Amino acid sequence: MGEFGGLGIYLVVALFFPVMALVPAFMLQPKQPSPEKYIPYECGVDSVGSPYIRFRAGYFLYALLFILFDIETVFLYPWAVAFRMVGAFALMEMVVFVLILVLGLAYAWRKGDLSWN
Amino acid sequence: METSFLSGLALWLRGEIYGVTGIPVLSDLALDVIGIALLLGIISMAAIVFTYAERKVCAFMQVRLGPNRVGGRFGLLQPVADMLKLMSKEDIMPEGADKVLWALSPALLFVPAALVYAFFPFDAGAVLADVNVGVFLLFAISGQAVLPFLMGGYASNNKYSMVGGFRVVSQMISYEAPLLFSLLGILMLTGSMRLEDIVEAQAGGLWFVFLQPLAFVIFLISAVAETNRTPFDLVEGESEIIAGPFTEYSGMRWALFFLAEYANLLTAAILATTFFLGGYLGPDFLPGFAWFFLKAVLMVFLIMWFRWTFPRTRVDQILSFGWKAMLPLSILNVFLTGVVMCALGLV
Repeated sequence: MGEFGGLGIYLVVALFFPVMALVPAFMLQPKQPSPEKYIPYECGVDSVGSPYIRFRAGYFLYALLFILFDIETVFLYPWAVAFRMVGAFALMEMVVFVLILVLGLAYAWRKGDLSWN
Repeated sequence: METSFLSGLALWLRGEIYGVTGIPVLSDLALDVIGIALLLGIISMAAIVFTYAERKVCAFMQVRLGPNRVGGRFGLLQPVADMLKLMSKEDIMPEGADKVLWALSPALLFVPAALVYAFFPFDAGAVLADVNVGVFLLFAISGQAVLPFLMGGYASNNKYSMVGGFRVVSQMISYEAPLLFSLLGILMLTGSMRLEDIVEAQAGGLWFVFLQPLAFVIFLISAVAETNRTPFDLVEGESEIIAGPFTEYSGMRWALFFLAEYANLLTAAILATTFFLGGYLGPDFLPGFAWFFLKAVLMVFLIMWFRWTFPRTRVDQILSFGWKAMLPLSILNVFLTGVVMCALGLV
């Protein structure tokens, strides 16, 4: 089966597990539709307007920064594993690499993108 | 491979199945299925026990009794009553909802929450997917939990759900970076991404919580933020946005969200145990998996304790704390670990 065979079976089972949980509930639950039940819940107040509005650009800036650091981790994980073999030279390389990315963070910080105004 | 009670049991079971069927692939397959059933059992048990434990711990902290009506003096059957109630609730889909995304969200949230359990070494040799890129794959899978939250928030046709969805994504991605960075120090010390190697590297009582105390604090705070629990539970800040992305879900679909949430709570505790507290290692009078679960349950108790100790933070505080304090500190930790290792001649 190999190392990943069990994981593959598990993925299929995990995809079906919610279905297995929902089917008995579907048979047990009452069905008494009434128009009020299907109104979006806003604490009893009638909903005004659509929820699909423009959203804060601030969320997008965090997402951009996240991509920056997420890609960094993809490179740094193998680096950390090989660190003991390569030694002090690897540390210098890492400092240079991280510094370049921290520069991006410092720029965003300076511009005030990390603060929620 | 190291031997332990659980791996010995697995080996014996494999032999028995091989004796009946005579086909090696079939016995491997059967063993995988048994392992998967065990993992799903652990997750379901965790949800059942933790819903009860959370209410009892809460009551204990607030000098109350907690559930005490169903099932004797201690309300032991309360989770059963909860489950029956959830199963018999009407399934309501709000009008104007995006049907496909709305239905997929709770199901897809459960998948990464369950899949990460395949990598946990519950005991020496007792792990479903014993891969040498364990840590990497684990976080790649658990990172997928961000999308279903946004799907649920977007598809519900509800403004509060929408805002909740945005908040979950911004919070979870903000703490993903410090979480991943805090583990780099451990990987540098062990030189392996296999979870069992990381546990074995802590043999002799020198747990990584002592070698990497800063990383442990960063990891714990980030893990609590990743699981969306108090003091970082803005997602379901009921006084502002009702229940965030879960607002429009009822009955069993809602239960799936909470199943995933409690699975993630146990995951956070297990990861802290595996990376920092020596995993299944411990004195010989208890088997490895007993030590493992003992430490994990203690971590769960600690995280529940946080909930009743710290007030809920605001969204701006959470995000600026993540980016301005946690991330620089976690990078500093990696650098310090490297310098100390070089200075001590460990490389």
